[in-house]
Amino acid sequence: MLNTHDILETINMIREECLDIRTITMGISLWDCVSDDTDRLCDKIYDKITTKAEHLVKTGADIEKMYGIPIVNKRVSVTPVSLVGGNTSPEGYIKIAKTLQRAADSLGINFIGGFSALVQKGMTTGAANMISVIPEALAETQNVCSSVNVASTKAGINMDAIAMMGSAIKRAAYLTRDNNSIGCAKLVVFANVPEDNPFMAGAFCGIGEPDTAINVGVSGPGVVASAIRRAGDCNLSELADVIKKTAFKITRVGQLVANEAATRLNVPFGIVDLSLAPTPAVGDSVAYILEGMGLESCGAYGTTAALAMLNDAVKKGGVMASSHVGGLSGAFIPVSEDAGMIAAVERGALTLEKLEAMTAVCSVGLDMIAIPGDTPEEVIDGIIADEIAIGVVNTKTTAVRVIPAYGKKAGESVEFGGLLGTAPIMNLNNYSPAKFIRRGGRIPAPIHSLKN
Amino acid sequence: MKAVITVTGKDTVGIIADVATMCAKHDANILDITQSVLGEYFAMIMLADIQNLSIDFSEFVDLLEELGTKRNLVIHAMHEDIFNTMHHI
Repeated sequence: MLNTHDILETINMIREECLDIRTITMGISLWDCVSDDTDRLCDKIYDKITTKAEHLVKTGADIEKMYGIPIVNKRVSVTPVSLVGGNTSPEGYIKIAKTLQRAADSLGINFIGGFSALVQKGMTTGAANMISVIPEALAETQNVCSSVNVASTKAGINMDAIAMMGSAIKRAAYLTRDNNSIGCAKLVVFANVPEDNPFMAGAFCGIGEPDTAINVGVSGPGVVASAIRRAGDCNLSELADVIKKTAFKITRVGQLVANEAATRLNVPFGIVDLSLAPTPAVGDSVAYILEGMGLESCGAYGTTAALAMLNDAVKKGGVMASSHVGGLSGAFIPVSEDAGMIAAVERGALTLEKLEAMTAVCSVGLDMIAIPGDTPEEVIDGIIADEIAIGVVNTKTTAVRVIPAYGKKAGESVEFGGLLGTAPIMNLNNYSPAKFIRRGGRIPAPIHSLKN
Repeated sequence: MKAVITVTGKDTVGIIADVATMCAKHDANILDITQSVLGEYFAMIMLADIQNLSIDFSEFVDLLEELGTKRNLVIHAMHEDIFNTMHHI
């Protein structure tokens, strides 16, 4: 039986503490679109996406109204196009990107992910062709997202692929220089990429996925921060319980929305991503949670420990609330999208090195970080290699989404607007890793015994 | 199928009557009302059976919100499942 306290708690979470469903993402397999003719391939891709996701946006809006909870994004993720594109020419891959954009426009969705390649062990001609035109594809589309998996714990680290990504990121920044290098915000480099992730820019429909699936990402840093504030001076065991209970409640709503969307769209439910995804809105920040736990500022010594506890408690609370869990599951720390992170960087408390350490214990990686526009591409390669190594050795997903903001220097900032927020440009150590990167080849997969 | 209707805002004459009339007009059967006035502030939580609602639930939500705007109140209707799911295992 419902009681007034429960009703008011839920309403308060939604209206005052920014609880929302961050995304309903429909995964759509493109395997059956394969064709040796690029135009035919594009036609089939367009038809399949627009048929399968025809009612996605309307259904999302209806569910939003039914439960009174905002569903911020409706998105589509597709099979990595480098797999279905095969030996398509670089120009052909741009055509595919534009087809994805056309489908996104026709559906009215926020983003479409899957301009992607999996090259952790090596690169097919198709993947190389696709990666070579990622900057152009991102510059010539608005809602298409791209990702490249360059490493895995089982395959090791493909340094040749990393070297291509530094260059791709720089060129994407240049080609979108009139728009604050926004192309880079739609490109992410992964290690151990999950195949059912609903979040952009890394969403795609993995090779073991069904024809279609509904994956849901929840949010709710504001709700967790408020719960911690209300908990007062309790010890860390008690605080972990508070976070778990809150994560449970948040995730249950994600599961409810996912079930409803799956039923209405007649598409199998895939997963709920147990995520704490911040937004630039006041009070919707992961950094504020860490500060609420007792740090003077996010970035202070103790931040990694606090984040490790937060991340673990979110997973423990969330996993019981959902029948299937997947995606990136954990706390996100995208700098530009989190008001508390931005403030911490601006006051000099949060550095790139600290962020790197934090990524060892939480979801994703170096995310939405603006760096000086004149950063050499080998330095970007080095940033990627370091971050990817953390994921590979620790058997977790890590990723890099950095924006070398064209024409801007450390201390300035770039404004992306909307959910992407504002990024202060961070200072870098510019000593060159070029010789190490240029050696190329693969860093072998790490050993799984002798753990130290 | 039940809906939770919440009404908050400055107290005036006839708020419950207006909301109840809207429910009756569209065949939403009121099951329970919790209501209080603190100073000038009116707050009400209403539980209504919407099994036989004569219009789409989303349309009903819009009509209640419109009524709220007209009367300078905030009125929301939400399906009960969001509360049940969040607070009961």
